[in-house]
Amino acid sequence: MSEARPTEPVATSVPETVARLTDGEWHRLHPASPLLKGGIALIAILGIVIANLRERLIALFLPHYGEQGDPVNYIIDNGYVLQALLIVGGLLLLFIAGFYVSWRMHSFRITDEVVEVRSGILFRTNRKARLDRIQGINIVRPFIARLFGAAKLEISQAGHDANVQLSYLASGATDDLRREILRRASGTRAREAAAVSGTTPAQNVLDRRVDEFLAPELDPAAAAPESVVKIHLGRLVGSIVFSGSTVFALLLVAGAIVWISTTGEYYALIFVLPSIIGFGSYYVRRFTKSLRYTIAGTPDGVRVGFGLLSTSNETLPPGRIHSVEVSQPLLWRPADWWQIRVNRASRTSSRGAENQANTTIMPVGNRADVTKVLELMLPDFIGPEAVAFIESGLVSKGADGFTNSPSRAAWLRPLSWRRNGFRIVPGSLVLRKGAIWRRLIIVPQPRLQSVAVKQGPLLRLMRLAAVELHTVAGPIRADLGAIDQDAAIVFFGEVARVAVRASHSDTTHRWRSGEAPE
Amino acid sequence: MNRLELPENDWRRVSPKLVVVELLGGMIFLLVVLAAGIALYLLHVWWAATAFGVVAIIAIVNLALTRRRVRAIGYRLREDDLLFRRGIMWQRFVAVPYGRMQLVDINRGPIARGLGLSELKFVTAAAAAGVTIPGLPEAEAEELRDHLVSVAESRRAGL
Repeated sequence: MSEARPTEPVATSVPETVARLTDGEWHRLHPASPLLKGGIALIAILGIVIANLRERLIALFLPHYGEQGDPVNYIIDNGYVLQALLIVGGLLLLFIAGFYVSWRMHSFRITDEVVEVRSGILFRTNRKARLDRIQGINIVRPFIARLFGAAKLEISQAGHDANVQLSYLASGATDDLRREILRRASGTRAREAAAVSGTTPAQNVLDRRVDEFLAPELDPAAAAPESVVKIHLGRLVGSIVFSGSTVFALLLVAGAIVWISTTGEYYALIFVLPSIIGFGSYYVRRFTKSLRYTIAGTPDGVRVGFGLLSTSNETLPPGRIHSVEVSQPLLWRPADWWQIRVNRASRTSSRGAENQANTTIMPVGNRADVTKVLELMLPDFIGPEAVAFIESGLVSKGADGFTNSPSRAAWLRPLSWRRNGFRIVPGSLVLRKGAIWRRLIIVPQPRLQSVAVKQGPLLRLMRLAAVELHTVAGPIRADLGAIDQDAAIVFFGEVARVAVRASHSDTTHRWRSGEAPE
Repeated sequence: MNRLELPENDWRRVSPKLVVVELLGGMIFLLVVLAAGIALYLLHVWWAATAFGVVAIIAIVNLALTRRRVRAIGYRLREDDLLFRRGIMWQRFVAVPYGRMQLVDINRGPIARGLGLSELKFVTAAAAAGVTIPGLPEAEAEELRDHLVSVAESRRAGL
């Protein structure tokens, strides 16, 4: 690149590997990257193809070879050894050269302002992302990559598949690298010391691999706080067993049994069995992906990790969560379990539990866990008042700080009208709804894009209206129907006012710029 | 009246010529529906002909209401946000802070272009906002666009 940006000297306390990677020069990825990114699969597929088409290939290349004997013997007997070796060696060289060139051509650099990646042999791509627009940094360690001591660093930006992927990097450096990138993105003026690892890494390569493999998801040297939520195995299993899909699966089985016992025909099995297997694999996948779930607050945002064999661990800087929904599937109600999902501006290609994009922040937890996670994600939600408020938002039957639907709305919300309401709290807008499928939706004020109030003929007849809070697209729709018309107008005006004010005073794109330099 | 009404009430309205555009568009739609319906009637496909008949009746009612619907569209440029309204039966008000603007589109359909009208679309990071102001005279649309861009620049916010 022609523009050589003079980078400021990096604090000495940053580990040396990271200091080297973030010096603003171009660097290459982990040497095993081409193999991990499909090289292994390619070789495996080739192996399968050759194994299956062995006879055909022999007939193609050695037309005089009969059906009898071993092809290796045939080659040796007829003096084709040299040719055979040349062909095999040539192919190997071609593969290695291809992998090597693709590795050579794939480089990245991290400056104080941007992270930039260029790749491709024939079709070159160059992607440059501004650090202050980072929506989250995800470290993914697929199982095979972990064996090689490699990890993938995904820097997500707003938009569909707008990630910068550094796949793969040496696993040990990625945690420090992420911290350093976040520190630069945070706009902190103090070049403070990032904690240096106190443990001496094992010298032997094998020992180091074992260390990395057994190490907890969160680097202990990163001064990481404990995960605030622990999902016990029993709860995880319970939450998966008592999910909506179980009801569906049971209905399916019951239907099949009834069908078979009444008609005596076993054709139904043809339709039922594949879906049962499908449900089984869904449960296993969801289970393994939610194992070892952790969530913790760091100075640079919330860190969420999960996975047993393939792990993923993402840091969301402050102000990157566009709305939060606490909800409760019907079957979880006796156990008082809840799940928390969020809307985010970025869609990562790596999937979370349940195969959805990483929008489920807490797969399952009790009410205390909900409070802790909300405190992490919404810094304005702290103290006993907030706890009481969240309690009321989750389970209250009405008659509290919320502006609820009037009694005439009972025609439209026969069960939930008492708790169907909204509330404006410092920093956030809160919607509460549902008596059977209870939900609490929280939209941080600085993230609100726009607000709408609507009224159709039916609502007009009853002097009611509906409001919508628009945020970036995601699994959550922040809307509320059947509230009093005048209250809706007041809410609309007030929200429009606070949205402007909040977005003005918002500094989360450089979330630590306000801190005093040391 | 139970209608939704905001406290302030000085809306800027769109050009009445939009009625012509909407009427022409609606009539073309109606003609297509009628033609299809009649063809199906002649072919004795009764249920499909009935469905098209119902669609045609809805289209006719829609045409009759066009003038009022166009008059219901309005926008206001407030200090820090754009306010937009539309609809009579299904009323909808949206407030978008200028700082949330990602881009502004100006579109012209064939009929609207003949009458010198443009449609201005205000795009934010949220897909659901749907602030599309039709029926602006070309000069006004461009002036409004430049104004929106400049106020968005001075009030810029992140995502």
